Amino acid sequence: MSHYLFIVIGAVLVNNVVFVRILGLCPFMGVSKKLETAVGMGLATAFVLTLGAGSSYLIDRYLLQPNDLAYLRTLSFIVVIAAIVQLTELVIQKSSPLLHQVLGIYLPLITTNCAVLGIPLLNVGMGHDLLESLLFGFGSSAGFTLALILFAGLRERLEGADVPGPFKGTAIAMITAAFMSLAFMGFAGLDRFR
Amino acid sequence: MSEACASAAADSVPAKPTPPAGPNYGALMKDGLWSNNPVLAQMIGLCPTLAVTGNATNGLGMGLATTAVLVLSNMLIASIRNLVSPNVRIPVFVALIASLVTLIDMSMNAWMYELYQVLGLFIALIVVNCAILGRAEAFACKNPVTAGAVDGFAMGLGFTLTLVVLGGIREILGSGTLFAGASQMFGPAFHVLEVTLIHDYKGFLMMILPPGAFFVIAFLIAGHRVIEQRAAKRAAAAQAPLPDGAHA
Repeated sequence: MSHYLFIVIGAVLVNNVVFVRILGLCPFMGVSKKLETAVGMGLATAFVLTLGAGSSYLIDRYLLQPNDLAYLRTLSFIVVIAAIVQLTELVIQKSSPLLHQVLGIYLPLITTNCAVLGIPLLNVGMGHDLLESLLFGFGSSAGFTLALILFAGLRERLEGADVPGPFKGTAIAMITAAFMSLAFMGFAGLDRFR
Repeated sequence: MSEACASAAADSVPAKPTPPAGPNYGALMKDGLWSNNPVLAQMIGLCPTLAVTGNATNGLGMGLATTAVLVLSNMLIASIRNLVSPNVRIPVFVALIASLVTLIDMSMNAWMYELYQVLGLFIALIVVNCAILGRAEAFACKNPVTAGAVDGFAMGLGFTLTLVVLGGIREILGSGTLFAGASQMFGPAFHVLEVTLIHDYKGFLMMILPPGAFFVIAFLIAGHRVIEQRAAKRAAAAQAPLPDGAHA
């Protein structure tokens, strides 16, 4: 049981997707200007990434591996993820207009988040089973959401700060990310969660 | 967006005798290398840029792999641009790019195993490098094959250059060497590149770890912007020489 807890905590803190694995930086930089949008993007990503990790595992285990088609992994995973994004959008649109209002505009953007493809591929590389894949996907996306929300909070405060000219905007955001990454490196001391 | 791409593709058919990008290869190169540099100006493809540039060799390898995919995908997409209907173009492009990446992935596994092991996951992740789909959307789907190839090459080269500079700075600060291990990754001919700049350097681990990547890219972005602003100021001064002449 504790094994599963280690997977989740390891994915959220020790090997944080953004700060340690350096995945998903495009949305991390792109939609972190406001706290509100960061929360929406984080939730949408968590949803798609968890689903994507599970279904990619099923495809890999029951379709690709038995037929010796491992070289189609990248291609099939990206197609599956794109399909999940579309499907999620349709389902949410029909079932919960409120949720669609919150997540709607972020869903198409998720396809460009490399964590969404990277995590399923990492799952295969680490030999996770279905439950482990799901938990790893969930943990990673929770780590992404955590990073995004913390970062958006900092960036909102940065708006009013007196930043040297050339560093305004992205450059100072990168410096901020560097310090946060430095802080997250500290979790590497939690050896058991790796 | 689909409208823009569709109409441009339709326009380019009658406009074929005088392709607009024909004589502008120089401008395309400058665009990709500097003024519209994918990383420093457009802020795309950040993940591989920051993740694999612990040293200059890895940056070079990643850059070249991405350039190969970019040139091939631009050429392929430019050549089928009149056959694909605008409604389904994104899935078609993504499938094409994913197949190309799989090809590169397998060839690197076969012929450049050392480099393949270091870059690992990030080779497969070239698929989601927004620079590639971005160029397909912004350029290749409305231009002829040659221009597409030149654009892909220029953008790829700009990407590679940024990765090598970023990796170089991190490697020098982090371990005092430059292009360490290049001969193992690319072949013995690259032994000349390997330099030890600072002897008996104790190393500065943070530069090789992720935080160093964020720090160095921040300074590169700021530097790019300073140079751009200076150039813009100079251009403005050249256009209106009177007030500036008074100062001088």
